[in-house]
Amino acid sequence: MGYRRSNGSVGVRNHVLVFPTVICASAVAQVISNEMPGTICVTHQHGCGHLGDEKEHMIRAMTGFCGNPNVAGVLLVGLGCEMLTPALLGEKLRDAGQRVETITMQAMEGTADAVAKGKELAEKLLKEAEGAQREMADASELMVGAKCGASDTLSGLTANPATGIACDLLVRKGGTAIFTETPEMLGAQHVLVRRAANDEVRERILGITSETESRVKAMGLDIREAEPGPGNIEGGLSTLAEKSLGAIRKGGTSDIVQVVDYAERPSEKGLVIMDGPAHDVVGVTGMIAAGAQVVVFTTGLGTPVGSPIAPVIKVSSNSSIYHRWQDNIDLNAGAILDGEESLESMGERIFNEIIEVASGRSTKAEVLGHCEFAIHTIGPTV
Amino acid sequence: MPQSAIVIDKKDNVATALRQLEEGRSVRVEIGDDAVEVTLLQTIPFGHKFALSDVEPGEPIVKYGEIMGLATKKILKGEHTHVHNVEGPKDRGDKE
Repeated sequence: MGYRRSNGSVGVRNHVLVFPTVICASAVAQVISNEMPGTICVTHQHGCGHLGDEKEHMIRAMTGFCGNPNVAGVLLVGLGCEMLTPALLGEKLRDAGQRVETITMQAMEGTADAVAKGKELAEKLLKEAEGAQREMADASELMVGAKCGASDTLSGLTANPATGIACDLLVRKGGTAIFTETPEMLGAQHVLVRRAANDEVRERILGITSETESRVKAMGLDIREAEPGPGNIEGGLSTLAEKSLGAIRKGGTSDIVQVVDYAERPSEKGLVIMDGPAHDVVGVTGMIAAGAQVVVFTTGLGTPVGSPIAPVIKVSSNSSIYHRWQDNIDLNAGAILDGEESLESMGERIFNEIIEVASGRSTKAEVLGHCEFAIHTIGPTV
Repeated sequence: MPQSAIVIDKKDNVATALRQLEEGRSVRVEIGDDAVEVTLLQTIPFGHKFALSDVEPGEPIVKYGEIMGLATKKILKGEHTHVHNVEGPKDRGDKE
């Protein structure tokens, strides 16, 4: 059950987002949102001083996020002289079929005027969003992001493989599963390339992994010598391949139909890799910007990560953290170790939870109000 | 019943200990619907692996149904399988 948007996509939430296109507009955006209950606001440090490729990368990340199907309408708040103006982002979002209003501070009579005008526009977007109704939608309309973080020895044995089974089920039903963290694919390229759907995907997998290795080398480290580290070895991991196999398993075992850049929307359905760093919030934000309406996040040590616009389902790898962090963690894959679930039944449980959450059930992160947001940077700010 | 060790994929030739398992102990490991009994030749710490069958030098160590490394010496069923007898696969998949 979801909200059918005018561009054909289906949202699982119905948010009105107030989004500053540049850090200079953060306070105005935040005040507008505070005074307009029902809206949500995201602030960030970007929007100006981006060079070349990073400018395109930032535009893609911001428009992808604001254009996620979970967003019914977005109010872009800008300053006026920044690189990423509301006009620039607004045009791209409208082209993608998103409902957009814009406000530019330098065109207004000061902050109070900007806030007053912004509130009027937000009111309009809220009224329109109220008109949206949930309707039946197929699992094939879903894109689910899979991410692991604050992992432990058990993450690769319980929570990740079970999440992978849920991803496999979604892909079999025609939906899309997406996973990222290129650094955690190193050493397991031989597995990923064998599952590549075509030569282009194969070349891209080898491309993004060797670029990541090169970037690490440029900082004076050889990841193949540094990994697995002493802590990993003490924990029982014997090779980099073993470590990466445990990480990539969260995406399941389907063929990989496409490799996309950070925050790039896939054109194919099925299992997709997004190039990106291992950073939890940056990865989650990037997959949501790529179009994921729901994220499944596995953890062993516990992390509260959520998103302002998408439900994040947390799956623990062990029962101890699940019981201690019950307010944060939705499902416990530690039940596999306790003999209460098999990997397969846990995978089905995660899949069913995805469908329930997509149909409206709140996740623990949503109840607690976790709304972390961060965009990957690929260059220096000038 | 809490499990002592876990096998992720039917193709795997190693199991991972879910708690410290003492030398000489016989462990029942479930592999899908089947199960295998393994007598441990050493104490296996939590999170570490032991072999489910004999592995010859140069043969693959399989976990997650995938090659995670190669045996650098003969590994016996029930033996601790770690950095002292396993090395990572050298290829990246583009030279196969």
